[in-house]
Amino acid sequence: MDNIAGTKSALGWVVNLSVVFLVVLWLIPTVGLLVSSFRDRDQITASGWWLSPFAVEQNYQAKIPAGEAVRDGDFFVIEGNIFNGGEGEVVRFGGTRAAPTAFAPGETADLRRDRSLTVEANGDFIYKNPDEIKRDPNVYYSQATPSRFSLDNYKTILFSNGMDVAFINTFTVTIPATIIPILIAAFAAYALAWMDFKGRGLLIAMVVGLLVVPLQLALVPLLQLHNKVGIGQSFLGIWLAHTGFGLPLAIYLLRNYMVGLPRDIIESAKVDGATDFQVFTKIVLPLSFPALASFAIFQFLWTWNDLLVAKVFLPSNSESWVMTVKIADDLLGSRGGDWGILAGAAFISIAVPLIVFFTMQRYLVRGLLAGSVK
Amino acid sequence: MSPMVQGMLTIVIGVGGCVGYFFFSNLILDKVIFPAKGPNPSININRANLVRPWLFLFPAMALLGLYLLYPVVGSFYRSLFNRAGDEFIGFGNYGVMFADDGFQTALFNNFLWVLFVPAAATFLGLLVAQLTDRLSWGNIAKSLIFMPMAISFVGASLIWKFVYANNADIGLINALRDFFGAEEPLDVLQVAFWNNFFLMVILIWIQTGFAMVILSAALRGIPEETVEAAIIDGANPFQVFFKIKVPQIMGTIVVVWTTITILVLKVFDIVYTMTGGNFGTEILPSYMMSYMFRDDGRATAVAFVIMIVVLPVMIWNIRQARAEMR
Repeated sequence: MDNIAGTKSALGWVVNLSVVFLVVLWLIPTVGLLVSSFRDRDQITASGWWLSPFAVEQNYQAKIPAGEAVRDGDFFVIEGNIFNGGEGEVVRFGGTRAAPTAFAPGETADLRRDRSLTVEANGDFIYKNPDEIKRDPNVYYSQATPSRFSLDNYKTILFSNGMDVAFINTFTVTIPATIIPILIAAFAAYALAWMDFKGRGLLIAMVVGLLVVPLQLALVPLLQLHNKVGIGQSFLGIWLAHTGFGLPLAIYLLRNYMVGLPRDIIESAKVDGATDFQVFTKIVLPLSFPALASFAIFQFLWTWNDLLVAKVFLPSNSESWVMTVKIADDLLGSRGGDWGILAGAAFISIAVPLIVFFTMQRYLVRGLLAGSVK
Repeated sequence: MSPMVQGMLTIVIGVGGCVGYFFFSNLILDKVIFPAKGPNPSININRANLVRPWLFLFPAMALLGLYLLYPVVGSFYRSLFNRAGDEFIGFGNYGVMFADDGFQTALFNNFLWVLFVPAAATFLGLLVAQLTDRLSWGNIAKSLIFMPMAISFVGASLIWKFVYANNADIGLINALRDFFGAEEPLDVLQVAFWNNFFLMVILIWIQTGFAMVILSAALRGIPEETVEAAIIDGANPFQVFFKIKVPQIMGTIVVVWTTITILVLKVFDIVYTMTGGNFGTEILPSYMMSYMFRDDGRATAVAFVIMIVVLPVMIWNIRQARAEMR
């Protein structure tokens, strides 16, 4: 249609540019997280992730050894190098905690009571004091540190923070909660799509209605029920809960798909003497694979990403935390300021869904379309 | 027993149990209860076919009934009792709740969310769908904008914490403010009233992809003749979009809008992770969670209010579904 009169090339440019703009806008937050997760934790707070390829100015403090003071006329003088012969470049320096970067290298800082301090870019300093020097004087300086990227954040989280347990727990919750509802829903969907019985329309309407029931409603009564029958807060409880909550969408998606299967195949199979059970297992189920895959992806993403159900139906001890709970209740609370850890943890928790998303996007889109558009 | 082993066992028992149930219940129905032989096989076959749908439906219906239907009644019933659950107090929980400032804030904020998030997400989704429609790299662009759909609300909140951070060296917002000469960093999540919108941005960021995918399919479904006819009649691209395309996909726009609205009424994760409901950002789902485990009477009362808010959409959905089936 591009060649139809009225489509202007200027408009094409605008369209291209605005899409680029939107995509960049959409990606920036995630890229920020990804970059931050590889950065040194001190560097994260010292400069923005968008400056991460460049060297970072970080502030340091050093003590000048009072014992090396030499008398020189009216002054006691200490000379030396703040890097102690190591590599480094002083960017700014200062003699007080209040103004740690007040002076440029080479300048002389006049301090209180006639003291003075000079620091060169290579770290050489001269400190002068009219009185005898008793305590080690402080020198403050900022140094350009080359940008550092490492896997340290990931190592810290995975091996010393219980995130490995949370990761395994998430899988433990997710896989049964994805597989079990599929089978139950497939049989029900077949009955609702291809079997004639009284009340079918009513049941379909009920499934559609249950699609939007807020989960919040289910929390208190079901937890009480689980406690009463002895399941309590446990993995079994959360598998059952996820199965129940996932069923309406599963039945709805699968029924919509199965209804569209060609009637001839199913009827000729029945004429040839196949029972409903055989028709279902041998014909309908294999043909419905795309719909089954769609639902499986939905349910996987939903259970993996869920926080609410996990908070309510799993025990609240740290051995049973899934990743979302671990991040929301533990990392954000106790390590709220540790940005490196937070970024790494967040990225670990979103990595698996992203892989699933990018490899199976086709099925996901198909499922979305079957679920909401006719 | 470790949860992992337990999990594998559950898969085996669950799947095996399901297959076994369906197989044997059918077998028993056909061979034992109504065998297709004996004095009157045809009557038996018909009877078996009357029962069979319910065999297929039973596990699903039992779970649906227990996990979604029963809670509607159960929650309402529980909300009529006091905190300990031993004393009937009628609508006492509702009375206390409606008088509570926190609840009013939550209700008002939720109203803002319901107004703003679906509108913004649908609009942006439609915009992206239209812009990428004829683009050679449109699918890549769509896939990238769709990506946040895969991320958990908790993950998304963390991602945005890096944008909103109260530090010009971490948060993009404060870095921009710094760039334009602001002296002090600002904690945008503590700016009264507007902080709600900063939280909404996160959900819009996630949901735009959903709206885009569905609306983009709907745009593709528009008959080309209508667009071509309009262009030949001299319509400019904007007229084609607003006067020809949008009216034809209005039904889909409504579906997307309501779907996101329902979602907005359920999401507590974002508020919970970003502000914990402080600084006047409480919404109904997070307000409910603050009473969960503490006062079940109050918690269920809030949940029931959410249910009432959702009810019109539910009824509308059911009517749509019934109309389609005819």
